[in-house]
Amino acid sequence: MSETATATTLELRGVSKSFGSVEALRGVDFEVRDGEVMALVGDNGAGKSTLIKCIAGIYSIDDGDVYFDGKRVSIHGPKDAAKLGIEIVYQDLALCDNLDVVQNMFLGREEHDPLYRLREAPMEQRTTETLKSLAVTTIRSVRQPVATLSGGQRQSVAVARAVMWNNRVVFLDEPTAALGVAQTRQVLDLVKRLAEQGLAVVLVSHNLIDVFEVANRITVLRLGRNVGVYERDKTNEREIVEAITAGMPAAEASA
Amino acid sequence: MSSAAPAEVQAAAVEDGSLAAIARARWEALRGGDVGFLPVLVGIVAITLFFTAKTSIFFTAVNFSNLIGQMAGTTVIAIGVVFVLLIGEIDLSVGYVSGIASVTVAEFQMAGSSHDYPGLVAIGLAIGVGAAIGLIQGSFIAFLGVPSFVVTLAGLLVAQGMIINLLGTQGVIGIQDHQVNDVANYVLTKNTGWIVAAVFTGGLALATLGGYLSRRRAGLPTGNVALAVLRVLFYGGLAFTAVAVCNHYRGVPLVGLIVLFVVVLFSYIAGRTTFGRHVYAVGGSAEAARRSGINVKLIRILCFVICSSCAALGGVIFASRLNSVDLTFGGGTILLDAISAAVIGGVSLFGGRGKVVGALYGGLIIGMISNGTDLVGSADWVKYVTTGLILLAAVTLDTLARRRQAAVGR
Repeated sequence: MSETATATTLELRGVSKSFGSVEALRGVDFEVRDGEVMALVGDNGAGKSTLIKCIAGIYSIDDGDVYFDGKRVSIHGPKDAAKLGIEIVYQDLALCDNLDVVQNMFLGREEHDPLYRLREAPMEQRTTETLKSLAVTTIRSVRQPVATLSGGQRQSVAVARAVMWNNRVVFLDEPTAALGVAQTRQVLDLVKRLAEQGLAVVLVSHNLIDVFEVANRITVLRLGRNVGVYERDKTNEREIVEAITAGMPAAEASA
Repeated sequence: MSSAAPAEVQAAAVEDGSLAAIARARWEALRGGDVGFLPVLVGIVAITLFFTAKTSIFFTAVNFSNLIGQMAGTTVIAIGVVFVLLIGEIDLSVGYVSGIASVTVAEFQMAGSSHDYPGLVAIGLAIGVGAAIGLIQGSFIAFLGVPSFVVTLAGLLVAQGMIINLLGTQGVIGIQDHQVNDVANYVLTKNTGWIVAAVFTGGLALATLGGYLSRRRAGLPTGNVALAVLRVLFYGGLAFTAVAVCNHYRGVPLVGLIVLFVVVLFSYIAGRTTFGRHVYAVGGSAEAARRSGINVKLIRILCFVICSSCAALGGVIFASRLNSVDLTFGGGTILLDAISAAVIGGVSLFGGRGKVVGALYGGLIIGMISNGTDLVGSADWVKYVTTGLILLAAVTLDTLARRRQAAVGR
């Protein structure tokens, strides 16, 4: 991991966000590089969701800077985030149950001719190709409604949608939270494949087993502060748990 | 969750396009709660058989032509209601909005008044008034978040009041304008009828061919060709049969053509345009639609504009049919008939599911019951009870289908 010294794709420096008197983020630094899986962990209320929403442009940050490919950018709304190539797969997936896989993949970005007539064939073609490139093979037909898919399949569709639009950074919010063992397996494989394809992947999760399986680095948030960034290979679950619950462990204080 | 192996077998089967595979996929969908138009078609056949057995007048060319005239207004209103139901809302004002349009069209053709416009202008104004009402109601719902139930209930009362106010002094306005009266009363010449059937069939064939070619060019599975041809032949045959039956009497009523046009136009908008796709998306999950960058408020408002505009066209048809407008317009069973037609036609009250053409099927069922009970000479209560029970059955089916789908999903 350490030898792939690619530049950071997305970087936050000293980002703060308050809601009234509640400081949700206090001077948080965060970064993720192309081709790596960065895990973002922390207890409830640590500020993970706030951080995601700041990057997504749903909240505006009070203080601090955001850099994309080394250039300072400002994100004022979801459209800005989308333009930079930042895609967020929320926990509730934001899929329309009544629409089929193709329709969901292209939701809000449908291919159409000048008369706003939908061009179904190219959309179906591209959906099929994208799913194939991610080795998602369990979906029997891309024309079946998402309502008929299993949890893992839905997650796959949501992730595939994030990938299809040539995004650079993909945030996955608790992608395995509601899944069984086999489906978790599917999704974790998918996460690895995203990084292999060169994307910067941020995995937000409570499940440290999942995190240790796929993440290259781990950022720990606690009470709105960045406690530390750990290389997966140089840390262990106990250390991470300590960081999550008690803050910075003494041994790593200045490492 | 289904294991991987059978799923792959299934995918292969669907792609080979064999009839057996299609039947199996259809059966799967049926089990998954997607009943399609099956109950509606069964209902239409059953009602036809029932009334044909009861009275010799029901299954005749004359009555078929009458039926078209009777169901036209309600069906057009129901088509508008479909859009509002698709986004998971309701519009209770369609009855009296249609009444407002009836009064408007009558008012603006009134001979001797300062606003004695040609019929088509009056019709345009009436539909414009409908669109404006939809814009106002939709804005309250989309921008302020007031529940559509309340907004349109208020709209119902305001519209009813306005009708009384506008007709107050004379109580009735006669319609002399030929263009307005032709809407519901003109009958196409027999040859024009045949041309309409031919154009409809040709258009359907071209659309089917276009879809097939674009899928083949993209290297996608094209489905079963024989089945597609059969489908074109079936609907084409239906069109020609309808024209033949109408021509056996006086010819195809213009209003039938208007209904067909509205059905095709809005089916196209709902099924083939980005706007239509976004309507379904908002109905499926407004939050998902919003996050995908869809302008949910705009979609909501436009659906209410479409609904009220269709209601207005329905009102024009009602006014034209009676050649006059009086204080009873907009009331009665119009509202419930229109909503029932949409729901019976398979449009879900929960939003996001159903097709525009369902309004035509639902309108046909409601129209047939009304027409049949009148012919048989049943008391009014029979009509109400029957329609009520069919509506309940349709909503129950929808609810069960939804639960079934959720159960199959995870």
